Amino acid sequence: MDIHIDTDVCIGAGQCALAAPGVFTQDDDGFSALLPGREDGGGEPMLREAARACPVGAIKLSGPPG
Amino acid sequence: MTDTQVTTDTQDTADNPVTTDARIAMRGEGAASPAEAAAREQAPVAFPQDRTCPYRPPAAYDPLRDSRPLARVTLYDGATAWLVTGHETARALLADPRLSTDRTRPGYPATSPRLRALPDRRVALLNVDDPEHHAQRRLVLANFTLKRATAMRPAIQRVVDERIEAMLAQGPPAELVSAFALPVPSTVICELLGVPYADHEFFEEQSRRLLRSRVQQEVREARDRLDGYLGALIDRKLEDPSGDGVLDALVDQQVREGTVDREEAVALATILLVAGHETTANMISLGVYTLLQHPERLAELRADPSLLPAAVEELMRMLSIADGLLRQATEDIDVGGTTIRAGDGVVFATSVINRDESAFPAPDALDWSRSARHHVAFGFGIHQCLGQNLARAELEIALGTLLARLPGLRLAVPAEEARFKPGDTIQGMLDLPVTW
Repeated sequence: MDIHIDTDVCIGAGQCALAAPGVFTQDDDGFSALLPGREDGGGEPMLREAARACPVGAIKLSGPPG
Repeated sequence: MTDTQVTTDTQDTADNPVTTDARIAMRGEGAASPAEAAAREQAPVAFPQDRTCPYRPPAAYDPLRDSRPLARVTLYDGATAWLVTGHETARALLADPRLSTDRTRPGYPATSPRLRALPDRRVALLNVDDPEHHAQRRLVLANFTLKRATAMRPAIQRVVDERIEAMLAQGPPAELVSAFALPVPSTVICELLGVPYADHEFFEEQSRRLLRSRVQQEVREARDRLDGYLGALIDRKLEDPSGDGVLDALVDQQVREGTVDREEAVALATILLVAGHETTANMISLGVYTLLQHPERLAELRADPSLLPAAVEELMRMLSIADGLLRQATEDIDVGGTTIRAGDGVVFATSVINRDESAFPAPDALDWSRSARHHVAFGFGIHQCLGQNLARAELEIALGTLLARLPGLRLAVPAEEARFKPGDTIQGMLDLPVTW
């Protein structure tokens, strides 16, 4: 799974990190970031929930899951 | 739906399944009649109205629940506006840049004369559109991340424990708003921002006027007093950079460098301080009242505290305390064949949106096992609550600790006598007499 975070759009709400803390985090400025080693989502079942929870649609998923 | 049915419908306080089924059946019948739908078109519902039960939308909003995703409403000044009632539409529109939050725009909707007291003044973050909003949010964002909220948990727990110790030492009964619901978030936001809690009576009173007064002069005076107070605080921080609060950092890194002027710093400090304590206080007081009216849910929570995060989310959904978010269309927007015209006022009834059956089955039932995550009680889009991660931490700790430490907690007045706030402000309890 390819995860793309549009950091120009991100408002740092942290909803992705709340929904899927095994994949998403927030960087020092507060913006969404992927945890090291989890750039492909690592099969996280909450990935789609996390993308849907983003209030500004900054997270795009593409490609096969896993 | 007749008035009698509506009135009867609101008398129940527990969410028993029979009542919920009956309500859905009645609504289904009403929705089937085109004549009734036409009648509704001609007589828009007044918005906002006072709740009759503090954790339910007013009974008079029931027709709005049949009119998804949009309805027409009349505001206090006679203006009409679109009311967004459907969940998916609300998510789309709240994230739509063609809706402005700049209340200085001509024709911007208002749900109270209070909101017209300072017509030329925009509340920082809240009334600011992008790209200005993004720049403002960026200034303070790093202090409100999930990580930062998690790091604050021990400090929040300490504040909560102190308040409960004081209540226990004093002995029952207690007035829970002044003894617990207000001082907990007020103390926490003071520590986070670097505002002296010793001044809490002053800024809580000014906040109350800003958020609840219907007298415009009173709103203007409260605003002037808060401006004066926070301006002086920022001046002190410019002279003495030893503090470690959010405002200290803002002054040290931005005001001193000239990238943020004093006026903008005061505006940011005001919204962070006011929104940072009043909203959470309302969620604590109304959350406790709601739990006490749902003893089975309360027992589940006491038996299994790991349900707390889900319970907080579900309470946020059900209580929808910020009920009536305001926007104005800057361009024509098509919503499933209906056109919201440029200049039209748009109001989001979060209590109705968060009870959309298509998103939340059996929406009137309080249910810890449902997925309440996608509620819009914190808003949605670029203005979604900056403090939501802090609020979640505060609510989990405040409610969880209160239930654990006061196993006999109950109302000290009959439930129907508990006093709550009118419909034109953030919903919550005015006071909450409890015993244990």
